Amino acid sequence: MATTIPAPADTVIRVSHVSKDYGAVHALSDISLECRRGEIFGLIGHNGAGKSTLFRLMLGLDPVSSGSIQIDQVDVTGKNFRDVRRKVGYLPENVVLYDNLTGLETLQFFARLKGAPLNQCAELLEQVGLGHAAQRRVSGYSKGMRQRLGFAQALLGQPQLLFLDEPTNGLDPEAIRDFYRILHTLKQQGVTIILTSHILAEIQTRVDRLALLANGRLQALGTVAQLRHNLNLPVRVIIDAHPQHHSTILQTLQAVPTQQITAQDHSINVTLDRNEKLRVLQRLATLTDQIQDLHIHEASLEDVFFGLNEEVH
Amino acid sequence: MEWRPLLTVAGKEFRDRIRNRWVLAVALIFTVFALVITYFGGAQQGSIGFRSIEFVIASLVSLVIYLIPLIALLLGFDAIVGERERGSLNLLLSMPITRLELLLGKYLGLASALVLSIIIGFGLVALMLLPQLTPVALYHYLGFMLSSVLLGLAFLSIAVLSSVIARDRTRASGIAIALWFLFVLVFDLLLLGALVATGGQYGGDIFPYLLLFNPTDIFRILNIFSLDDVRTLYGLATVFPEALAEPWLLGGVMLLWIMLPLVLAYWSFRR
Repeated sequence: MATTIPAPADTVIRVSHVSKDYGAVHALSDISLECRRGEIFGLIGHNGAGKSTLFRLMLGLDPVSSGSIQIDQVDVTGKNFRDVRRKVGYLPENVVLYDNLTGLETLQFFARLKGAPLNQCAELLEQVGLGHAAQRRVSGYSKGMRQRLGFAQALLGQPQLLFLDEPTNGLDPEAIRDFYRILHTLKQQGVTIILTSHILAEIQTRVDRLALLANGRLQALGTVAQLRHNLNLPVRVIIDAHPQHHSTILQTLQAVPTQQITAQDHSINVTLDRNEKLRVLQRLATLTDQIQDLHIHEASLEDVFFGLNEEVH
Repeated sequence: MEWRPLLTVAGKEFRDRIRNRWVLAVALIFTVFALVITYFGGAQQGSIGFRSIEFVIASLVSLVIYLIPLIALLLGFDAIVGERERGSLNLLLSMPITRLELLLGKYLGLASALVLSIIIGFGLVALMLLPQLTPVALYHYLGFMLSSVLLGLAFLSIAVLSSVIARDRTRASGIAIALWFLFVLVFDLLLLGALVATGGQYGGDIFPYLLLFNPTDIFRILNIFSLDDVRTLYGLATVFPEALAEPWLLGGVMLLWIMLPLVLAYWSFRR
């Protein structure tokens, strides 16, 4: 296979050695990461891990205690912060909007603040599926509708960089699908998206790269595949076989290193090192008569996540 | 500083107060109270109906000293802490707006609503009294309205300061009420108490200057000093030196009362 030289990464946001202390509390310690143009970047961590603090710092809402954060090579809290802010869309966690305004008025207010064209507002409401409720007051909106309105707000002024804090909170499955469809369209237009989520299963198939935060420290950074590989998480193979064949299968497996084997009723459960996966499968492939079926369980991001958190605690 | 984000915030605050009928309600309160005082203020003396502009202003001054600080404090106490508590402050601050623009925008919007309701409320009364007013009387009445506006702006400024300092809305409202008690009820009592306790021997000279530390006292002096008839109604004013009673000077101190809390609020908000 020909080796391809990766194109120079077009870095949109650069976080270098950032720490943030609130008094004696170290909210973030020595965080460094970069997001590239057009990627969807996931930020994962438990409550209090430092996700929202990192967002606040990246948006320039709070000064860093040490280190620096740049968006398009411009310091986020520097003189040109206005230019930076116009390029950025932000959906805060549990966004609370103004109950006394209608959906359309809400967007118009933020559009004026942002210097975005007002005629974009109605369009955006349609895009997030709130066209029918544009003239209704936000006080009558459901949680999901408020979340959509918050998302529409983040899209004002065609931002090049989106910060979405728990964006699918309160959305039903269909709305979540719509939401990611919009994200992928934006990604194709070169928009960089940074999002946080608690629902790991939802995020792991939809982000390009991930950063895991725990106790204010960056625990891991990379694609889901890279994280799995780096952590060397075990692979689980479940073999469906009649109990009478169990001894043959177990004998065959004895020749290769495995971590754990349990047999019960009609299945054998094998946990093994990732590097041994192919060797084990090769052996099992010779037992076509004894094995009815075979399932391979890769560690999900969930396992990665909890694996890392166990390391921390 | 840019004007557009500032005016956007101000416009929203102002429109909110128009839309939820805050301006209308407060204007109505002013009008009704003022009319009642104007026509029935002399009932204890056995007469009802309009007597003289001096009498009307003297009565209104007492009303305004209670009412306007309260209304201004209630208007502004959650300006910033309200946004903070509901979670929209982060969103606002993520916009291309500085903290100074946000703070001044809030102040300007709320101040416009307050000023409008004062002008409507007391303006209506002026219109009704117009047939009975001489140009001089009208001039005094307009001076009363202007000083009411300044008093309102000063307390709004104090309210916005407490909305920045307080950790949550509950505390902010507590601070606002406490400040009202302090400036409207306690301050003068303490001063008088101190004066009486020392038999007037100490502090008599600085006493008038201490009055400048309370916007409601400045307001009172501003209004009653311009009216000879009224001055005699108030014993307090007689201890006040003429030099300090210069309206421009008092107005200047009032402007300080408007600006200083805002400066402090900005200083605290920026951290």
